[in-house]
Amino acid sequence: MRDILTIEAVEKKATRDGFGQGFHEVAQSNSDVVGLCADLVGSLKMQAFIKEFPERFFQVGIAEANMMGIAAGLAIGGKIPYACTFANFATGRVYDQIRQSIAYSHKNVKICASHAGVTLGEDGATHQILEDIGLMKMLPGFTVINPCDAQQTREAAIAIADHDGPCYLRFGRPGWPMFTETGSFKIGKAIQFSEGSDVSIFATGHLMWHAVEASKKLVQEGITVDLYNFHTIKPLDEEAILESIAKTGCVVTAEEHQRNGGLGDSVAQTIIRHNPVPMEYVAVNDSFGESGKPAQLLTKYGLGIDDVYAAAKRALTRK
Amino acid sequence: MADIAELKRIASQVRRDIIRQVHAVSSGHPGGSLGCTDFMVALYFAVMNHQQSFNMDGANEDVFFLSNGHISPLWYSVLARSGYFPVKELSTFRKLDSRLQGHPATHEGLPGVRVASGSLGQGISVAIGVALSKKLKGDTQTVFVLTGDGELQEGQIWEAALYAPHNKVDNLVVTVDWNGQQIDGANDDVLSLGDLEAKWIAFGWDVMHMNGNDMEEVVNVLNEAKDKTGNGKPICILMKTEMGMGVDFMTGTHAWHGKAPNDELAEKALGQLEETLGDY
Repeated sequence: MRDILTIEAVEKKATRDGFGQGFHEVAQSNSDVVGLCADLVGSLKMQAFIKEFPERFFQVGIAEANMMGIAAGLAIGGKIPYACTFANFATGRVYDQIRQSIAYSHKNVKICASHAGVTLGEDGATHQILEDIGLMKMLPGFTVINPCDAQQTREAAIAIADHDGPCYLRFGRPGWPMFTETGSFKIGKAIQFSEGSDVSIFATGHLMWHAVEASKKLVQEGITVDLYNFHTIKPLDEEAILESIAKTGCVVTAEEHQRNGGLGDSVAQTIIRHNPVPMEYVAVNDSFGESGKPAQLLTKYGLGIDDVYAAAKRALTRK
Repeated sequence: MADIAELKRIASQVRRDIIRQVHAVSSGHPGGSLGCTDFMVALYFAVMNHQQSFNMDGANEDVFFLSNGHISPLWYSVLARSGYFPVKELSTFRKLDSRLQGHPATHEGLPGVRVASGSLGQGISVAIGVALSKKLKGDTQTVFVLTGDGELQEGQIWEAALYAPHNKVDNLVVTVDWNGQQIDGANDDVLSLGDLEAKWIAFGWDVMHMNGNDMEEVVNVLNEAKDKTGNGKPICILMKTEMGMGVDFMTGTHAWHGKAPNDELAEKALGQLEETLGDY
């Protein structure tokens, strides 16, 4: 494990860039992988794949319901379809299609969703879905993954091809600090970033970087942090949660999602059943987003580095 | 050449199975099931090149999808009578722990079913996906799908209708059960479908017509449709049927769309349908 104080971003890169790279790589090694997109190939960074494998790409136009059905059919035929669009249109818009034709029917479809959360930015709340993790984790049998940087998104895009079953892979639009180590991603296995006994911090997606930065601040004050990245929300690594809170006795969750239905909600369900401890959420609380720059929005909606830091302080006082 | 008389005998037994399934659990959808019986019997017993052992991927065989999943008692009977699972299992329809769910599902592993259906409008899209996978694998067999006419009110149908011609998905035969009825009444009263032929032609489909309750015509048109595959266009057959066909008091009305007959009416219905292959 690296010393938390030494963790720095090697560069800023969008998680969707990591997706495009991983998707292209896995298509090269697995000839069953095919791609579908609803008129957003540039945004999803699918060009390299399309250039090399045009016969394995299906442009469906602005018709997401049809895309999910076609993906289910391709899966019936033995293919591994990656159905790609913005997170809002990949989940809420087509929930019934996913529920019936993919989840209930056990189809090996990979729903790959970019532009999730408020960091979508200026396009505003119509596009900034903050409910998708909740929607997708409620579907029986669905695996739900929200990587934290471009490197991890690349590895997740590769890993889901070998996972037999429907997956939801959620990532985002903006350039974002890249700090994870290659080879560290395994579906369903939380990654420990620092060990401590004062407070647990569990984060997913973009907010993992804020959790790293907040942890540095806490450590510099002499507070030891048990910091984990929960890139997989379902199946949840309950073992990591329970081991961590047994040491620290309090926990903070951090995510770019509604409090209802998100990672924190899953963590709370786990600790309530096994070992109730004080818990604080860093999440959007029953609100839509709005237009603005990603950094401004993260601050306004309580998702900043200082918000993670403050939540840890609150959790500590409640022990 | 298909033996039309034999297909009619099978259809009579299938209609009996439909009545007996829905009557046993006082629920289900007999109207559309009876109307589409001749079509599905022709498809499974005379038209489709399908394997007796069920393979999910349907490789190197014709495959069928039922988009209007509520006519499940028909499909279950045809699948059982085709040998996909024991005929006696029809007695479990809509009961606890059954593979024969109210609407078709893969969840319980029922042979013959490749995707769940019931929430309407999704079957053509799934069928397109299978048709595309066949093309990728060089498999020249045909994908058939049945949809209701009321179901055409779902927007996803028209997303699929745009997609298939644009992408020359020409190994696909969509049949529309055009009985003119839906739960709340006639299509024309609920939400008119207008000129269906003009609509499908405008979307780029090769449109055919048939009387879905004339067994010989159904066999001929389905075979003709199959012969037309591979010509650059998907095929849509507008199939006129009578809801409730085969049982006089159920024919031509939407009243029996989603209602099972009571003991007396079930007996009356069965009295009009010859037991040809033995009841389950």
